[in-house]
Amino acid sequence: MSIKISETLTFECETGNYHTFCPISCVAWLYQKIEDSFFLVVGTKTCGYFLQNALGVMIFAEPRYAMAELEEGDISAQLNDYRELKRLCLQIKKDRNPSVIIWIGTCTTEIIKMDLEGMAPKLENEIEIPIVVARANGLDYAFTQGEDTVLAAMAHRCPEQNLLIGKKQEIKDKKGKELFSFRFPETEEKKNIKSKNNLEDKIPLVLFGSLPSTVASQLSLELKRQSIHVSGWLPAQRYTDLPALGNGIYVCGVNPFLSRTATTLMRRRKCKLIGAPFPIGPDGTRAWIEEICCVFGIETQGLKEREQQVWDSLGNYLNLVRGKSVFFMGDNLLEISLARFLIRCGMIVYEIGIPYMDKRYQAAELKFLQNTCKKMCIPMPRIVEKPDNYNQIQRMRELQPDLAITGMAHANPLEARGINTKWSVEFTFAQIHGFTNAKDVLELVTRPLRRNNNLENLGWTNLVK
Amino acid sequence: MKLAYWMYAGPAHIGTLRVASSFKNVHAIMHAPLGDDYFNVMRSMLERERDFTPVTASIVDRHVLARGSQEKVVDNISRKDKQERPNLIVLTPTCTSSILQEDLQNFVERASTISESDIILADVNHYRVNELQAADRTLEQVVRYYLDKARRQGNLNTSLTEKPSANIIGIFTLGFHNQHDCRELKRLLKDLGIEINQVIPEGGFVDNLHKLPKAWFNLVPYRETGLMTAKYLEKEFGMSYISTTPMGIVDIANCIRQIQERINIWYPTLLKKKINYEPYIDEQTKYISQAAWFSRSIDCQNLTGKKAVVFGDATHAASITKILTCEMGIRVSCAGTYCKHDEEWFKEQVQNFCDEILVTDDHTEVGDMIARVEPSAIFGTQMERHIGKRLDIPCGVISSPVHIQNFTLGYRPFLGYEGTNQVADLVYNSFTLGMEDHLLEIFGGHDTKEVITKSLSTDTDLTWTSESQLELNKIPGFVRGKIKRNTEKFARQNGITEITAETMYAAKEALNA
Repeated sequence: MSIKISETLTFECETGNYHTFCPISCVAWLYQKIEDSFFLVVGTKTCGYFLQNALGVMIFAEPRYAMAELEEGDISAQLNDYRELKRLCLQIKKDRNPSVIIWIGTCTTEIIKMDLEGMAPKLENEIEIPIVVARANGLDYAFTQGEDTVLAAMAHRCPEQNLLIGKKQEIKDKKGKELFSFRFPETEEKKNIKSKNNLEDKIPLVLFGSLPSTVASQLSLELKRQSIHVSGWLPAQRYTDLPALGNGIYVCGVNPFLSRTATTLMRRRKCKLIGAPFPIGPDGTRAWIEEICCVFGIETQGLKEREQQVWDSLGNYLNLVRGKSVFFMGDNLLEISLARFLIRCGMIVYEIGIPYMDKRYQAAELKFLQNTCKKMCIPMPRIVEKPDNYNQIQRMRELQPDLAITGMAHANPLEARGINTKWSVEFTFAQIHGFTNAKDVLELVTRPLRRNNNLENLGWTNLVK
Repeated sequence: MKLAYWMYAGPAHIGTLRVASSFKNVHAIMHAPLGDDYFNVMRSMLERERDFTPVTASIVDRHVLARGSQEKVVDNISRKDKQERPNLIVLTPTCTSSILQEDLQNFVERASTISESDIILADVNHYRVNELQAADRTLEQVVRYYLDKARRQGNLNTSLTEKPSANIIGIFTLGFHNQHDCRELKRLLKDLGIEINQVIPEGGFVDNLHKLPKAWFNLVPYRETGLMTAKYLEKEFGMSYISTTPMGIVDIANCIRQIQERINIWYPTLLKKKINYEPYIDEQTKYISQAAWFSRSIDCQNLTGKKAVVFGDATHAASITKILTCEMGIRVSCAGTYCKHDEEWFKEQVQNFCDEILVTDDHTEVGDMIARVEPSAIFGTQMERHIGKRLDIPCGVISSPVHIQNFTLGYRPFLGYEGTNQVADLVYNSFTLGMEDHLLEIFGGHDTKEVITKSLSTDTDLTWTSESQLELNKIPGFVRGKIKRNTEKFARQNGITEITAETMYAAKEALNA
């Protein structure tokens, strides 16, 4: 197998025989994010077994999610789906009284063509709890794309807000009105007195992507420093606080795997999408803020210094990673942004495996990756969509990277063969966004390297016969 | 449809994969959507496997849904055949593929003509059997396949080995302490002068399976997996099997006596003498294992009559129940298992050794039972450990499902004479240590933590006055929860909503009366 490292970004597509998490895993972080929600995964024992093992201890903390486990009678349609789901949802309502129930469709509901979208509105009326349907199944999606399907479904539930910039604001539904008056309490007179900066305040910006609340407020604060007011997040901390959407509202993604949500926001909710690199790493965060400011016609203030400050604080980590090589096996769609950040840190990236590559949604990020490679004088990595893990391992044998970012199925076997690994899943659960958390990314990346510094001279690198 | 938060036994394909990946040079190909290969993570993480798990998926995606798998499965099989040269490829259906109803057997036949490996389709129904039953079935299927093959090729060897020998059936990957148990069983058999013919499936080669009938008998240490194979071998080759789990001093002796019986069928004709293991049993019981002595020691006296609850798979729950009752004098208030398919056997085993029997795979039922019984210690799975944490009751883990911490690096068998020591340690350490217990009672406890609700129900219709709260805090930590629940129970029965110190004493008196 020949290994070429090209001068321009090359895209390849392999067999799709790779290891990743099932997209239903998104319930793990989404139920924690959306505090008044309940996630009901309509699937089989296989789905349940995955969830309980993948989520480990969380399962014991009375999570707000459960399986609607399909039995033989459900598969062969001896039981009535609607009646069954109604029974379970009433039970959930009684036990937990959530503000929303989110049905997660799985492979099985796809194959037996269970009409979840059709049943939800009827049942919703009957039990008086909103029911959102997301088809996060392994037939169509990988890992983090699960969140994408949930957020895309939720985008339809955001209250409507029609806004014509510079003119009188029209508010359609009641919910939107309440939200609106809450967010913009200023009267006309006050507004006129206020400076130019506050005029920008009026352009509503909704950010989409689920982040821990501390990270979300860190990012909001960064934008506030540039006089940009974030009018809402999709998802919000509570389902009842979903942001208002509509014509003229700007939206911007914080994660690279949200292409369906972006499409839904643009096409169905008529929002304007700001295509920017993602705020991962100080370089990414700065580019993200600059892009938003640029759209709003704001001159950024002190960003360059802020970025430099963060880089300076990372000195010790940078010394560890500089010149080292990385191989991304690919499983969570954060790969492009992480690779771009690591290249900027001075690493060499051999290959970026990625489950799915939306070249339009990630356009700015790809461009940024290309520029970063040029700037750092490093050959462009190959981007491998739908990778084949078997082939990747063969390639890794030849390349002997200093670090492989990989799923847990391959981590231990690779370590036993002397290749350092970092579990990719950790990047999904760790806080990696914004200036403040750049350190956390490098903390993760350098962990195996630091471990090596400690164990270096013991002669135990290769542990297979 | 069933509302489920947690399950004790996994789906069927996990059982098949566990058996397939335990054999050496056997590859399993799952017909499954993306993300169903979670088994690889479990094996790699829990067992800390150094090698790549020999399981890949032939991915079922949208296209497969629309047009069928067509060439995909066959291609994946022949590709794996070329890449890894396995002896056997096991095509594994999943819940998804079983609804698709594709003719997987046809793919197997087509692939057989072009690949050098043997190929079989795992014959398990996803909606009828669980992980354990599927493992049992798959093991039997593989053994049957290779014995039939050997018979066709005429290299089936059914003559017994010269010296007495045994097959150990049912040791496999991700099994609860299976590796340690296997080592202990080998040592036990060696002590008895019995050779190991084969251990399957763990570490076995399918090409050696045709030699299985050479053993004098089969040993099936765990009920869940291996019985079907043993029964098949008995039916086809007249091989007798022993399914008494050698766990606990009494059952180890039973098991050894059964072995003696089997061996003495052939031994006198071959070697002109009878074998007698009684001296060995006696020596081991009294002096090698520490468990018998421990039961006599004054430490164990403190455990007499203490209440315990046992829950787990049929093998471990039954054995531990018997050990607690017969060997340590502990009162088992409830013994239970999630192996519903083996209910009859389980009930028969523990009937006289516990107050009640619970057969369920619903963890909330188990949790409620524990909250009701209020035992001093629980012996169960990881789920019971967490229930115990919430109720502040210590728990020893005795059965799957388990966490990574139950895959110990150190030697911790549950079977055999060393196993008795391990079990004794586990039991003893799970109960609050006797003397500590005593001192706490005398000095009113050293636990000044805030009392949080310890019942599983979330009822909050009762209020405690500050005075009674203070009184409650004086009660030693380890019984405080119990007193609190008893008082609340008493209050509810008597329609009291505000609990005062008087209520507490009234409750105490009512309970004593």
